[in-house]
Amino acid sequence: MDINSLRILTTVLSFIVFIGIIVWVWQRRNTSDFKDAANLPFKDE
Amino acid sequence: MQDLNVSSNTYSDGVIRQFSIMAVVWGVVGMLMGVIIAAQLVWPELNLGLPWTSFGRLRPLHTNAVIFAFGGCTLFATSYFVVQRTCQTKLFMPKLATFTFWAWQLVIVSAAISLPLGFTQGKEYAELEWPIDLLIAVTWVCYAVVFFGTVGTRKVKHIYVANWFFGAFIITVALLHIVNSAAIPAGFMKSYSAYAGVQDAMVQWWYGHNAVGFFLTAGFLGIMYYFVPKQAGRPVYSYSLSIVHFWALIFTYMWAGPHHLHYTALPDWTQSLGMVFSLVLLAPSWGGMINGIMTMSGAWHKLRTDPILRFLIVSLSFYGMSTFEGPMMAIKTVNSLSHYTDWTVGHVHSGALGWVGLVSMGAIYYMIPRLFGQKQMYSIKAIELHFWLATIGIVLYIAALWISGVMEGLMWRAINADGTLTYTFVESVKAKTPYYITRMVGGLLYLSGMSIMLWNVIKTATSGKAAIAAIPAAAAHA
Repeated sequence: MDINSLRILTTVLSFIVFIGIIVWVWQRRNTSDFKDAANLPFKDE
Repeated sequence: MQDLNVSSNTYSDGVIRQFSIMAVVWGVVGMLMGVIIAAQLVWPELNLGLPWTSFGRLRPLHTNAVIFAFGGCTLFATSYFVVQRTCQTKLFMPKLATFTFWAWQLVIVSAAISLPLGFTQGKEYAELEWPIDLLIAVTWVCYAVVFFGTVGTRKVKHIYVANWFFGAFIITVALLHIVNSAAIPAGFMKSYSAYAGVQDAMVQWWYGHNAVGFFLTAGFLGIMYYFVPKQAGRPVYSYSLSIVHFWALIFTYMWAGPHHLHYTALPDWTQSLGMVFSLVLLAPSWGGMINGIMTMSGAWHKLRTDPILRFLIVSLSFYGMSTFEGPMMAIKTVNSLSHYTDWTVGHVHSGALGWVGLVSMGAIYYMIPRLFGQKQMYSIKAIELHFWLATIGIVLYIAALWISGVMEGLMWRAINADGTLTYTFVESVKAKTPYYITRMVGGLLYLSGMSIMLWNVIKTATSGKAAIAAIPAAAAHA
């Protein structure tokens, strides 16, 4: 494969992954997991 | 807490005590170097006519001391503190952690000796010669083993967001350091870069800007994500936002380096790419700032009585300001005015003194009493005084360099009707004198605040004793 095709592919894939992260983050079923995680600093009190 | 005598159930805090104390000590040393070279810019005779004390050698000593000694020790201390407490386990291989302390101090001392002697690779923020570079690489790998080992042996399900930032900082700094320091040794303490020409410049500023992005931003955002919620007494405003801005930061920072090389031999498309990615960076940077500041909503009244919280929140305001200013300065037309002027130096210091410095001080003020078994710092009034000295110092510093930077930029580009330059270079130097004095006074105020902090920390440490903090029983799985 041409090196430039590889570069284009990496960039496009990275962008798709980032969009995927955004979609995943704002799914309703993750809300309680994130709430647990956000409270981790207070677990030792 | 409970079960203080069971050592397997306690955090490994000894190394954190060592790093926190040394962070403050190196902070005073590094800032003193800064004040000295600021004074040299006003009164050049202060270089004493000796090579070892000349500006060119002391300036890298200043930057290395504040970034890698003060900033580095702060990052080691806070990351070890945070990773244990949010993973509810002690450090992985605590002896290796102790090794990272002594090795890092050896790196700092080697820098303090070799830089005034004139040993340098000539790369900004990567001046140290190859034997020291090797020691840094070894230390950093050990740091990564301790940190990721601790994350790997955590007793809780989630990896808290602060640890993501610390982890990204550790991995990226390893990558940056190894790639940019690649060199052919030509004897002990002498080497030549593995790259040539414009590639060398690009590798250097890929390193340089990501040192800002990952050493001075990601690591300190890790600090922010633990200490702001703790001191404010409420969880972070939006955990979702923290994940999104983390990944946005990771995906964009790597590309911003070329803005250091506008209008050079670097290809135009690379410059434009760097400019665009620098502009995009505004979003993830402000994501972090907004998340930190909004954590205060409902707790704003605490700012009135809590000087530590004030350090943390004002640091976020400076973070927001400098990450707005940065993208603006990366625009090529703005850069054609700002580059090579004091504006750049002012911008760096609004980030360094305002964001990195204040958030570090806030975090250290939080940790020290807890590490030495005290309820609070020896003197709260001294923290208050430190806060105002530091804030006024920063404002004087950056305002002076904004004015002098824009002024010299305009003087350099001023052209007469016949096409000759309106001002000679030395006229622009002369015009800057009052601003250089103001900047030195600002730096002096910042240094005096730091010296008060050192006194306060010593008083707190000596009136307490090493505290043994128990790991809470792992109820987290329930």
